[in-house]
Amino acid sequence: MTGPPEEHSCLLATFDHEEDLLAATSEVHRLGHPIVDVFTPYAVHGLDRAMGLRPSRLTWVCFVFGMAGGLGMLWFEHWVSALAWAIDVGGKPWNSLPSNVPVAFEAAVLLAGFASVFALFWVARLFPGKKYRPVIERVTDDRFVLVIDQADSQFDASQAEALLKPFNLVDLEERVLSTGGTS
Amino acid sequence: MVESKQKRSAPAVNAPSAEELAALRPTLITGGKRPGDVTRDICEPMDRKPTALWWAAFSVSLAALIAGTIAVTYQIAFGIGTWGLNRTVGWAFDITNFVFWVGIGHAGTLISAVLFLFRQKWRTSVNRSAEAMTLFAVMCAGLFPVIHMGRPWLAFWMGPYPNTRGSLWVNFKSPLLWDVFAISTYLLISAVFWYIGLIPDLATIRDRSKPGIRQRIASIFSLGWNGSARTWHRYETVYMLLAGLATPLVFSVHTIVSMDFATAVIPGWHTTIFPPYFVAGAIFSGLAMVLTLMIIARKVMQLENYITIVHIESMCKLMLSMGSLVGLAYGTEFFMAAYSGNPYEQFVFLNRALGPFSWAYWTMVSCNVLIPQVLWFRPLRRNVAVVFVICIIINIGMWFERFVIIVTSLHRDFLPSSWAHYTPTTIEIITFIGSFGLFFTCFLLFCRVAPVIAMAEIKGVLKNPPRSKAPQESAKGDAV
Repeated sequence: MTGPPEEHSCLLATFDHEEDLLAATSEVHRLGHPIVDVFTPYAVHGLDRAMGLRPSRLTWVCFVFGMAGGLGMLWFEHWVSALAWAIDVGGKPWNSLPSNVPVAFEAAVLLAGFASVFALFWVARLFPGKKYRPVIERVTDDRFVLVIDQADSQFDASQAEALLKPFNLVDLEERVLSTGGTS
Repeated sequence: MVESKQKRSAPAVNAPSAEELAALRPTLITGGKRPGDVTRDICEPMDRKPTALWWAAFSVSLAALIAGTIAVTYQIAFGIGTWGLNRTVGWAFDITNFVFWVGIGHAGTLISAVLFLFRQKWRTSVNRSAEAMTLFAVMCAGLFPVIHMGRPWLAFWMGPYPNTRGSLWVNFKSPLLWDVFAISTYLLISAVFWYIGLIPDLATIRDRSKPGIRQRIASIFSLGWNGSARTWHRYETVYMLLAGLATPLVFSVHTIVSMDFATAVIPGWHTTIFPPYFVAGAIFSGLAMVLTLMIIARKVMQLENYITIVHIESMCKLMLSMGSLVGLAYGTEFFMAAYSGNPYEQFVFLNRALGPFSWAYWTMVSCNVLIPQVLWFRPLRRNVAVVFVICIIINIGMWFERFVIIVTSLHRDFLPSSWAHYTPTTIEIITFIGSFGLFFTCFLLFCRVAPVIAMAEIKGVLKNPPRSKAPQESAKGDAV
């Protein structure tokens, strides 16, 4: 994921329909041609399976930080109310677990939520001021682009066109892209 | 997906095609829109100059906000003695407004998180503005307790930080402190949820705008989003996680707000029904506010194809069910008072219905329980004018619900010698109007600078969008 950028000769196949892209992607994946990435204007359901992507591990970040937030706050509340400066409030026990639950829960949610979002920004390399060049012009509007690596597959533009044409291919372009840092 | 599976196991028999499956889903977006049309329809109002109607609404809101700011400055300068509170009624208008606004905020999270988990695809037309509404409503809500402190510049004392007073820590056993954590967490998580949803749409705006200030701002905030499926895959995971976190959060927030009351010993407050009762009421009032805003927005911004009568009807059904829960809670409260055998409890409820504030009580019952019953009838649910009027009525009713709970419980409690009456002062009323000014000023600005409908989500629920040109080959199966 974090390897140095490499120059790759790629094929950019453009579609204008979600179902064409899905079918073409699963076909290309089935035939074993390496898919560099797919660019879509919205989240296309089933595309992760068509590309053979594994489930994201960001759920672990959420779990770990949620636990840390909840347990950390429980400990802090105990330390504040029972150890650092114990105050008798209405005769309740100093370390009253039920009254510590609400704030611990809020802390768990807050930390889990923020950690998941920042982890997403980190792994997907999203940050303000990032240099950006759209892969094709309308990719955030209504075009779907399937990027196939040509380097280690015996695959040229005419073969690709023959393969993808039945999926209502709109455009096919050969381009050298720097990968490595992009995934 | 179904199609690709078919290709792998070639002779699939009786498996429905994607088209057949799509035919089973109701049409959410009318007008045969393609993804490109969605971008254009949603972004174009932002490119145009604001209409006269927008300016009129903005001027009124801004005037209300300025009046509210003056009122708040006045009461901070002279103290909250400028309010109509007395030793008996120590909470009234401000806490009513606080609970009212927090409640309104809840529908945003319900629509964006709870309905997301339940796979209710109609939410995509309304979630963006409902989330924005949540943010602004929670901002308005947060103002009232801060002003009520009397010395708002010491509000930071509510935070647990090492200080020169001991360190003297905050009291974690107090529901008022839980509220500080609940409301701030809610505001932050709602803001993040809203922003995360905006990123792909900001990228769309960046790519379609001409070079200039708008493109630069969209470029900074879209964080270099390029539509990569790997990023989408992770994004969807995080969106799901946030929805999963926000769902218990939304229930916890109003539960904690209700505990501000329920943990006190005041008859009328000290009941275990409060958490579910408050949550149902919050969602009820929030839906009414979302619907009010959406009905205006679809008309003013010509979004009839996106916010269709189906959306309005779905929200009416939700509103009706929440309203019924609220009605059930009103009945249960009376039953529990009668059944408890506690004379103080029984008195408080009789006093609500028949005492000096009975007008407020019956306003609440008529607005929240009786009038919304017309939503049982389909033709009325599908009549936009009727729905709009009912939403306004529910908003009024839900404000009165909080007023009734707070003021009628306090003004006559255990000792008749300490009974008192409460009337709001002009300052309190102007402050309340000012909070509406803040809310609508923010909302109108939001309509101008951000897409009011989540484009990237709408594009995903278009049913069989027509192709832009004729397919090059008719049979897809040829390649297999």
